[in-house]
Amino acid sequence: MDSAVIETEHRSMWTDVWRQFRKHKGALVGVFVFAFIIIAVFVGPPIHGVDPNAIDFKARNLSPEWAHPLGTDNIGHDTLAQMLAGGQVSLAVGLSAALIALILGTLIGVLAGFVKSLNGPLMRLTDVFLSLPLLPLLLVSIMLFRDTLRAAFGPETGIFLLIVGLIGVTSWMHTARIVRGDVLSIKEREFVTAAHSIGTRRHRIVFRHILPNILSPIMVSATLGIANAIITESALSFLGLGFPPDFPTWGRLLYDGTNFIQITPSRVIWPGVFIALTVLSVNYIGDGLRDALDPRLRGR
Amino acid sequence: MRNTLLFSIALSSAVALAGTAWAADRGRDGELRLLYWQAPSTMMPFLSGGTKELEASSVVIEPLARYDNDGKMHAWLAEEIPTVANGGVAEDLKSITWKIKRGIKWSDGSELTSADAVFTYEYCSHPDTGCTSSNYFNDIVSVDAVDSHTVRINFSVAKPFPYAPFVGYNAPIIQKAQFDGCIGAKAQECTEQNFNPIGTGPFKVVDFKPNDVIVFEANELYREEGKPAFSSLLFKGGGDATSAARSVLETSEMHYAWNLQVEPEILAKMAEVGKGTIIAGFGTSVERLMVNFTNPDPNLGDDRAEYLGGNNNRNPHPFLSDYAVRRALSLAIDRQILVDAGYGSAGKIGCNVLPAPAIYASDANDECKTQNVDEANHILDHAGWVRGSDGVRAKNGVRLSILYQTSTNSVRQGTQAFIKEMWKAIGVETELRNLSASVFFGGDPASPDTYQKFYADIEMYTNNFSGTDPETYMANWTCKQVSRRANTWGGGNMPRWCNPDYDALSTEMSKTADLDDRIRLAKAMNDMLMQDYAMIPLIHRGGVSAFSNVIEGPRGNEWDSELWNIADWHLK
Repeated sequence: MDSAVIETEHRSMWTDVWRQFRKHKGALVGVFVFAFIIIAVFVGPPIHGVDPNAIDFKARNLSPEWAHPLGTDNIGHDTLAQMLAGGQVSLAVGLSAALIALILGTLIGVLAGFVKSLNGPLMRLTDVFLSLPLLPLLLVSIMLFRDTLRAAFGPETGIFLLIVGLIGVTSWMHTARIVRGDVLSIKEREFVTAAHSIGTRRHRIVFRHILPNILSPIMVSATLGIANAIITESALSFLGLGFPPDFPTWGRLLYDGTNFIQITPSRVIWPGVFIALTVLSVNYIGDGLRDALDPRLRGR
Repeated sequence: MRNTLLFSIALSSAVALAGTAWAADRGRDGELRLLYWQAPSTMMPFLSGGTKELEASSVVIEPLARYDNDGKMHAWLAEEIPTVANGGVAEDLKSITWKIKRGIKWSDGSELTSADAVFTYEYCSHPDTGCTSSNYFNDIVSVDAVDSHTVRINFSVAKPFPYAPFVGYNAPIIQKAQFDGCIGAKAQECTEQNFNPIGTGPFKVVDFKPNDVIVFEANELYREEGKPAFSSLLFKGGGDATSAARSVLETSEMHYAWNLQVEPEILAKMAEVGKGTIIAGFGTSVERLMVNFTNPDPNLGDDRAEYLGGNNNRNPHPFLSDYAVRRALSLAIDRQILVDAGYGSAGKIGCNVLPAPAIYASDANDECKTQNVDEANHILDHAGWVRGSDGVRAKNGVRLSILYQTSTNSVRQGTQAFIKEMWKAIGVETELRNLSASVFFGGDPASPDTYQKFYADIEMYTNNFSGTDPETYMANWTCKQVSRRANTWGGGNMPRWCNPDYDALSTEMSKTADLDDRIRLAKAMNDMLMQDYAMIPLIHRGGVSAFSNVIEGPRGNEWDSELWNIADWHLK
């Protein structure tokens, strides 16, 4: 490496990452789209000013018009207001559930890969979770915890915590397996051995040397996890295990709208487009981040 | 093949020269295609309580008498309907004698006799058969073959309405020769017989694939000349209601689709194509809100939503035990909106739990036809329920906050959303919950989410009764029927509403034979339920089905099988 460059330019790791990230056109577009969706969903409702649960019986099945830019549904809800409110829930569920899965998966994967004695038990635990049928598990958990959480946090927050928790707890396994595999191969590399030899503590080795090197697969599985969580939530809502029926989410809006595709196509198109855009943009961001965070790719 | 067909047509038209129209030949119209989006799992009506199995088997196996689409009884395999007047029913109402038409052949060529009817009773009343229609054979002492074509049914009690056994699609006659070895515990093992029952009906089974498709062909020995008009019948199962409607109304692949619970605007849009017709038959189905008279508070543990006696004085609901609240909840609902949004021509405003047959329908509860929010607010003000800062009424620390549950169905979720808004206008807060139909109606005693356990304040579903006599139906809301732990939530009284006066009326009805008195009692019971708001009726629902414009004949029927007159269906 050219020592002159190091002296003249002060470069931190994160500015390097940002430089590399900017080169990825898809990732930049993804950031832009994702930011737009988040801003629209959280800033939009006060601007639009329509209560998503307000019912106007006379305005049923309307096509898009000035008062209802995306039309109305068959009981007179404003589709735009429902889209915005649904987006808040779907994004919150997707991001938090993916975050839980990410943290759990990384923790278990790193422990299993790094601590020999934990490898067996943790991987068997992963197998157990993988072989658990998801739906019965959800049924039982909802039966056990719904009323307690409802009493403690109210129907909506209670169900939110339950769903986010359940999706998170049941989708960390693939991340854990991938992470374990990478940890196993990286911990035998020379630089880790070198770090060991100069007496670096184990947690420092994990955070300083191993995690940065496995960031890319973690990022990819996290972005896939967001999409998965949004879809799982909509399936749960359909089964009546999810949010109350007057609590819109993108998945539920899409499901409810399918039968009306000939009458009010916007009810299907918009939730579909937004789920797709969110998932795509997050995937592209993940792709860009992977390239930017990989020390071997960065700077090329 | 084709030549022989042409030849036989030519031959038959030559034979028909004598004057009978060519159009009267059996099997002239080819294949009839029916679509049931729930697929039948057996052809044996006594081993499945499901409507889909009863419907499928009704084209093969027939009863002595059958209801038409107006709920009127017609002699089917019998010569006439026995009555006290024609001597068929004993004066003391303890026996009924049916005369079977002579010359009716099973599709295997043997003759239908009274021995088959006696056998059917023995089959269904055997405790190990697991007969799902056994309640149609209640209180029978014996079924005797008086002669080869006369059957007498002796009851242990006076039966003012003796037309349950061998009437309607729930209790048809099966062939003795075929099912002789299948009685009792062996009933379920006779798969071959259960899938291919021999019948007297217009069609016979050719191929039965459980939960998929059934192929029938015209029964050559069917008693009526020139019927059925179709030579074969394809009974396709599976899919969902919307695509079933589409296959008849838009694409015309199928001739008939059953039970179309779809939003009216979607059906109307499909009907615009002009390839099919939607029919709605009105029976006794009423979509209603069940009001919980017991306290469903989860903190009560085992006593949650449990009736503890004392005519609802013990463990009462914190606010629904207040008459004023129940009345206000009913008054606040604009039922016309619910009909227009969710049912269209398949629904009418419902103010009675017993809306049909017409002679039993009360007109004492018409207050519910018009929404009256002012009156509802006034009642609540008067009863001391005061609006808090959040707009929700409360009294002595009890807030009017309702948990309102029903099954997952887009029409029902629409109704829930409307009612939530309507109740908001009178200061009632509503939390909605929808549960998968297979769980909600599943009846699993271990699940907390069944409609029988009723761990909510209000729940909504439809109930009805088949046949035309309301006695057993109205007995659902007696104290004995309260759904509770002791009967593993098997009772029919979901509101857990208990009223000794009502029980007295129910007992009286079971002993009354005179029709006018029975009408008076049925109306009084209905009015008592309605005026105490034990249930809040919403919509009198019709059964919706659709048939293609290329065929003629379907009438719809809420009292018996939708296919009750399939022998008369034909191409236009």
